[in-house]
Amino acid sequence: MTNLWAAPDAPAVVSDAASRAAVRALLLALADDELIVGHRHSEWTGFAPDIESDVAMSSIAQEEIGHARVFYDQIAALEGTSADRLAFGRGPEAFRNAVLTERPNGDWAFSIVRAWLYDHADAVRLRTVAASPLGPFASLAKTLLREEKYHVVFADAWLERLARGGDDASGRVQRALDTAWPEALGVFETTPDTEHLVRVGALAAGMDAQRSRWESDVRPRLDALALTVPAGAAAVVGGRQGRHLPDLGMLLMEMTSVWRSDPEARW
Amino acid sequence: MVTHDAVWQALGEIEDPELPIAITDLGLVRSVEIDEGMVRVRLVPTFVGCPALDLIRERVHRRLLGVPTVHAVDVQYTFDEPWSIDRMTETGRARLTAHGVSVPRVHLAEPATCPFCGSTDLVLENPFGPTLCRAVYYCRACRNPVERFKPPADVLPVPGR
Repeated sequence: MTNLWAAPDAPAVVSDAASRAAVRALLLALADDELIVGHRHSEWTGFAPDIESDVAMSSIAQEEIGHARVFYDQIAALEGTSADRLAFGRGPEAFRNAVLTERPNGDWAFSIVRAWLYDHADAVRLRTVAASPLGPFASLAKTLLREEKYHVVFADAWLERLARGGDDASGRVQRALDTAWPEALGVFETTPDTEHLVRVGALAAGMDAQRSRWESDVRPRLDALALTVPAGAAAVVGGRQGRHLPDLGMLLMEMTSVWRSDPEARW
Repeated sequence: MVTHDAVWQALGEIEDPELPIAITDLGLVRSVEIDEGMVRVRLVPTFVGCPALDLIRERVHRRLLGVPTVHAVDVQYTFDEPWSIDRMTETGRARLTAHGVSVPRVHLAEPATCPFCGSTDLVLENPFGPTLCRAVYYCRACRNPVERFKPPADVLPVPGR
């Protein structure tokens, strides 16, 4: 992929080292979210409730990981490393994904609730980047939004199907929401880097504003499905600073085992 | 001396790895620049997450190095302007239809046409199919499953209708 940092329409702001680092942090958070949630989705391949959802979840997984790669490619271009090394060569403390994305799947209801909360949150932040003066990064966000729409449609349909199902299904969805909601709030964790981007005008909306947009998007939909958002739940933060569940370490051990067997191999 | 004709002709011989269509008919080639024996090609992916991107880039690289007097090739993907279905040529549409893949004009939400019997009585079974760029339909008229080329979405269809 072309090096977006050196594109003719690259934003002037990235010529400043601190701003460049903040954009890099933004891309890393996006990439790590996409890779880890993609990996979790991929664990359903062969096990989803029906063939259509198996194909869909596997396709979504493939696409999320493909999107992660595009962001890793840009970070790699900045640092002379490779997307593979960024994806497979780091320990859990170096990952900046939200805790929401790393939690093990548990049941199908949890995976659907997680996918739904995440995809709506991802849409809000991609729209924010798409509307930003970040030039080629904004163009990339616009392109990705068109692809992510299919994920949202899938998650919307399944959430409704389960929430309007019997007591077992709707009970599982509610329990999944109780767990996932505070972690979904953590997708919008504020960091010194996100504050920097707002200060220099690279992002029009900070994480709190993005979170409000997301909440005004998802809350009415949950109400309509008779699902209850946990009252007064505090956001589970820390993911953007490298604090993760032990499960991320397990996930990475498995995901990186082949790569670690010979990091210099060419595939 | 390398000519645009020679480069485009070579590009036209490269097939997409997932469908029987030339990458030029699919509309993947955004631009070609020639500077003496150096050729720069910019490609635009249908889907950014497509796993075939590396393979396509390698095919382009290898094929263009086989064009007489070309000594260097630079192939990169670009996202300046996203791929859209109007980049597909009429030849490309005809080839996919002959292969049994329905191709929408603008977006997936418009009525689908069965590539086998011509009926428009199709239902969307799954917006996800064998590749990221294909959705799965069912034709109620000839009772065949139908794959349909799926452009990245601006307008979305409703499953089952």
